[in-house]
Amino acid sequence: MRSMFPFLIVFGLAAVLPFTGSDYWTLIATRAAIYWVLVSGLNLAVGFGGQLAIGYVALLTLGAYTASVLVAGNLGPAWPAFPALGAAGVVGAVAGVIIGLPALRLRTFYFAMTTLGFATILTQVALAWQGVTGGGIGLPGPTLPAPFDTGPGFYFLCLAFAAFCTWITANVAHSRFGRALVAIRDAEVAAEAIGISKPALLVTVFLFSGATAAIAGGLFATLQSYITPDAFTFDLSVLFFIAILIGGRGSILGPLLGTIILTVLPEFAAPLVAWSTFLYAALLLIIVLVIPGGIADLLDFANRRPLERNRAIIPRPELLAEILDHGAARATIDLRGVVLSFGGVRAIDGLDLQIEPRQVHGLIGPNGSGKTTTLNVISGYYRPEHGTVGLGDVDLSHQPTQARAGLGIARTFQTPRLIGEASVLQNVMIGGSINGTASFAESLLTLPRHRRDERRLRAQATLALRVVGLESLAAVRADRLQHSELRFMEIARALMLHPTFILLDEPAAGLSTDEIKRLGELIKRISQRGTGVLLVEHHADLIFDICDTVTVLNLGRELAAGTPSDIRAHKEVVSAYLGA
Amino acid sequence: MLASILASGLAIGAVYALIGITYNTMYTASRVMSFTAGQLGMLGGVLGSLFILRLGLPAAIGFVVTLIACAAIGVVTEIVAVRPVLGKLDQHLYVLSTLAFALMIQQVTAIEWSTEPQPFPRLLGIGNGGPWDEKFWLPLVACAAVTGGLEFLYRRTLVGRAFLAISEDNFAARALGLPERNLRMASYALAGVVGGIAGFASGELLLAFFANGAMLNFYGFVPVALGGLGNNRGAIIGGIALGLFQQAANFTVGGVFSSVAVFVVFIVVLLAAPQGLFGSSRARRV
Repeated sequence: MRSMFPFLIVFGLAAVLPFTGSDYWTLIATRAAIYWVLVSGLNLAVGFGGQLAIGYVALLTLGAYTASVLVAGNLGPAWPAFPALGAAGVVGAVAGVIIGLPALRLRTFYFAMTTLGFATILTQVALAWQGVTGGGIGLPGPTLPAPFDTGPGFYFLCLAFAAFCTWITANVAHSRFGRALVAIRDAEVAAEAIGISKPALLVTVFLFSGATAAIAGGLFATLQSYITPDAFTFDLSVLFFIAILIGGRGSILGPLLGTIILTVLPEFAAPLVAWSTFLYAALLLIIVLVIPGGIADLLDFANRRPLERNRAIIPRPELLAEILDHGAARATIDLRGVVLSFGGVRAIDGLDLQIEPRQVHGLIGPNGSGKTTTLNVISGYYRPEHGTVGLGDVDLSHQPTQARAGLGIARTFQTPRLIGEASVLQNVMIGGSINGTASFAESLLTLPRHRRDERRLRAQATLALRVVGLESLAAVRADRLQHSELRFMEIARALMLHPTFILLDEPAAGLSTDEIKRLGELIKRISQRGTGVLLVEHHADLIFDICDTVTVLNLGRELAAGTPSDIRAHKEVVSAYLGA
Repeated sequence: MLASILASGLAIGAVYALIGITYNTMYTASRVMSFTAGQLGMLGGVLGSLFILRLGLPAAIGFVVTLIACAAIGVVTEIVAVRPVLGKLDQHLYVLSTLAFALMIQQVTAIEWSTEPQPFPRLLGIGNGGPWDEKFWLPLVACAAVTGGLEFLYRRTLVGRAFLAISEDNFAARALGLPERNLRMASYALAGVVGGIAGFASGELLLAFFANGAMLNFYGFVPVALGGLGNNRGAIIGGIALGLFQQAANFTVGGVFSSVAVFVVFIVVLLAAPQGLFGSSRARRV
């Protein structure tokens, strides 16, 4: 409830503005509200998803022209204003996906460029297609029916749109979709392992942000009352984009304040109007270099309180029964004759490996022997050149990486992959993304299924944090944790999948002796619940303490395999790796 | 008409190629694609016109001063917009910082110079506006000279080899004691020079116009993206092909359709081959 307070103030002040009697300020506020309709949607793509969609003025243009052309009747019979606004939303949603498509495969700079290119082309088309758009002369914007045809009437309509957009984007932000977007932005590799499908998610978000941007365009055309291609300068794109960055990535309130500030700012500095784009650009540079977190970061007082020192991680493996309640896995992960090379180096050279349920399988070997690569082949980051990776009857080698999560295979990473700006609890909740049942549309409107999902994910994440012993840090920003705590957090995140197999990549690296002991106990108990564990480690003690089977790799091949006592007695292993 | 298409297509293509090389020069030194590449081309034209027409310097001196100024802008780019974000390359903050810096350059030019295209001086006075006019072959000569010069620099000189070394393996190069930071600044200065040459040589064709920056940014990037990042040969072939295609479309079906066609081809090719037609596949991620 407390988090809604600032929004109520902003919109409460906005609602009383027309009664002060200043038509001019009502006009400015109308513009700010329209911009926010666009920015709120764009915020999901840029602020949450980290996609650098710079040329969003293109969608504003498209929406403005679609609505105006339909109402003017330049294409077929004349439409009423509100259906035309809806049509603009549909056209914008489609265009949003088309512009967004490159983001699914291309790196950030490319995507930024394609959005810029699209914006340029749209203006050219608007200029050239004179019969419909009026070319350089332009055409009138749609006139809305009463009571929205007066200044205050239109203002309240725009304000209602703005408030509605705030509400639905905040709902998405606090749903599994919002968290998954942030995961794609900050920890893309981990997002794949969790089972988040980047293409599906981004297409949904581009549909949504395209629609809001084009609807904003329709409202913008009404506000302008007459539109020409000149009205849609690149400066507007910069304004939208910078509003989000000033506000802070991954926040709703920040970009809302950013939009208001940037819209109002030139009004206070009339002599600077010509320099406004320069100032926006300078502001962008300063933000990127000095406060990458934006306004939201400055307002985040809770996370500046010092954390308790000397805190110990005390896992409670006895609670595992509540998470891992599915019994033993029925299948085996089965690698046969796997070969993988990087350039001329054979990282894995004909490896056979079986990971059984209810067992801890250790994988050791010198640096460069192919341990992590083996793990990455199982999780699907690399496709083997020869050989197969199977889970029971399922051939994993030809499945996408994100399919692993659905099959109950979870993993952790050698370097923890976390979302630094999100809380520990949210980081863990992300692990359960694929178990959500509500659709994007249900989350937009917080329908019952969405609320049920949220409650369940929260409860499970809290439980997982108790299991690994981090529940007291649940509300803390993840990037404030110590390295060892991050390792346990990753295990909690992996547990969210109720995994039948869990792959741990050097979980003990950087842990103290006590922590290693507790980690070993936790891993042992996880395997006793029926989950198969693959443990890549350098700490020989941990391996020999808890593993049921150990495979020793050297130069991508199996040097030895067997029980810990077999390995300890193995002459070659002792001389090559363990030392006398 | 064919002669006009060829002359203007090759000329404009050479400019795109040079901007592509500007991108590549900055990219190989720092793994950063900078939005300032097109602005450097724009500045080559604007500063050339400023020094020669407004301030009345002789053409040769104006040329040298323009290049020095562009090199300085290149160095400032490195200091202001690239170096501070190099540590966080994976967050792609450079896209924003270089975009911001490029916008600042563009806005200052628009306000202090002019928002209308301004004339650029005749440099040699050869040709009468026909296909053999200097405005068409100067960019080609510039492109050939830059290509040859870079080839010589990279293959035959110690500094050039040091450039290659830091682009191939930054850590190893530093371990060998190469002054990585100075070399990077030198690369940005070099990029400034190449961009300046592009703008100066095409001044008579594109005029001294602030909006050329954004235009060159996009059309200079297309050949780089299609040819593969850091691949100068790809940038030259792609740039010239793009120029020819665009001018042919301009003369036959009109400018809007050529823009749309270029954009569609660009997106389709990149979706099919994200690393570009001549690029190498991406590195390991995990």
